[in-house]
Amino acid sequence: MIEINNISKSFGDQKVLNNITTTFEKGKTNLIIGQSGSGKTVLMKCCIGLFDIDEGHIDFDKRNFSAFSEKKKRNIRKEMGVLFQGGALFDSFTVEENVMFPLNMFTKMSLEEKRDRVNKMLSRVNLNNANNKLPSELSGGMIKRVAIARAISLRPKYLFCDEPNSGLDPKTAEVIDALISELTEEFEMTTVVNTHDMNSVLQIGQKISYIYKGNLWWEGSNKEIMKTENKELNDFVFSTELTRRLKLKL
Amino acid sequence: MKIIAEIGEYVLLMLQAFRRPDKGKVFRRQLMMDFQDLGTNSIGLIGFISVFVGAIIAIQMAYNMDNPLLSHKLVGFSTRQMMILELSPTIMSLILAGKVGSSIASEIGTMKVTEQISALKVMGINPANYLILPKITAAVIYNPLLIIFSIALGILGGWGACLTTGIMSTTYYVEGVQAWYEPFTLTYALIKTVVFAFIISSVSGYMGYTVEGGSVEVARNSTKAVVYSSILIIIFDLILTQLLLI
Repeated sequence: MIEINNISKSFGDQKVLNNITTTFEKGKTNLIIGQSGSGKTVLMKCCIGLFDIDEGHIDFDKRNFSAFSEKKKRNIRKEMGVLFQGGALFDSFTVEENVMFPLNMFTKMSLEEKRDRVNKMLSRVNLNNANNKLPSELSGGMIKRVAIARAISLRPKYLFCDEPNSGLDPKTAEVIDALISELTEEFEMTTVVNTHDMNSVLQIGQKISYIYKGNLWWEGSNKEIMKTENKELNDFVFSTELTRRLKLKL
Repeated sequence: MKIIAEIGEYVLLMLQAFRRPDKGKVFRRQLMMDFQDLGTNSIGLIGFISVFVGAIIAIQMAYNMDNPLLSHKLVGFSTRQMMILELSPTIMSLILAGKVGSSIASEIGTMKVTEQISALKVMGINPANYLILPKITAAVIYNPLLIIFSIALGILGGWGACLTTGIMSTTYYVEGVQAWYEPFTLTYALIKTVVFAFIISSVSGYMGYTVEGGSVEVARNSTKAVVYSSILIIIFDLILTQLLLI
């Protein structure tokens, strides 16, 4: 479980996160949603330690991550898997080398064991014959799947996904969503997904946190979000023609 | 003020880079790849330029020393001295700053803008140590070998020019190359090369690592890497020459 306690973050004079308190639960897919510029990416980057917070603290299973030294933070980071927006695969490595990279760095597994783990992970994300391909030879959806395989190769406790569907067609986006949701249950991870894709919200949002102008504006599940009376959230959720029509039918 | 801030940032980055690698085996693998990328892949260019530079010096020396009172040995002697003292260590380092420096800065810069460096960081890896230290180590070890190779080829180039143009006999040229040899000049050349190799790899690493933005900024910082490295090479050339030769 990840607990966010009264965190604030500013860049210069601009306050980007304002006194946010929430919890990301274990075994659930926790979604952070909000408009572009609302502060959701900053919130995620604070969680994974890429930004230092100005106030408050973030606890990973009761361990105060924000108060740790860089060395101690590194130990918790080894328990995290992160899927970046563009995949962030290492260009000069093949798919197999990318997925094997965390195993090379942090385990004493033999090459045989590492290969076995890599093949299992690639098979789990439905990429069985891509071991020797370079990232430049992969499609957008394949890149995301390799990045997921790399993120889960060390069997992390916490999985963070930054806009996993950006740049993908709706069908591939659905596959990625389903994969994230299945893996969360399978490995009992605390998964945090940063998105503004309403399809993801409805499909996998077990717990949704809506960020509005740097504030935590609303929290609930994907069932509750359709019935909410919150004006700002309604404006966000039903901003497209498709969702407006859907609301009329409900 | 901006320069002081940048120097401070550079020093902090180097302090991060010069830490014990997380895993020796991975560091050695990176080092081997960088030997290949930064060293072996430069052999052709350095060899080609060195042969021609040596040949040109020999011809120019012969042209300027046609006075019968001057010893014929001076052509071989001057070619050797110029290759050892300045042309191989400094000019070849400037060429390497262009080739290797821009490659390091653009590689690391692209990794930065595509979040590969963030990915390393959140995995619990020290990116400066993982990316920059092997490149500095590879350059500091390999560049002196490239420069010795360059000196040898430059002297051979001069001999080739004597043979093909007929400006001097092999005997005179070889006598000149062997004349008045001071072993410390080679030590001086190698010290300079090591310092220049450190400048090229660390400054370019810093320029790549501090890229913010997109492809335009990557290109801009790659250019800065070459410009700053070249300026520092020339400044340190003067300082080291003053310190070591006088």
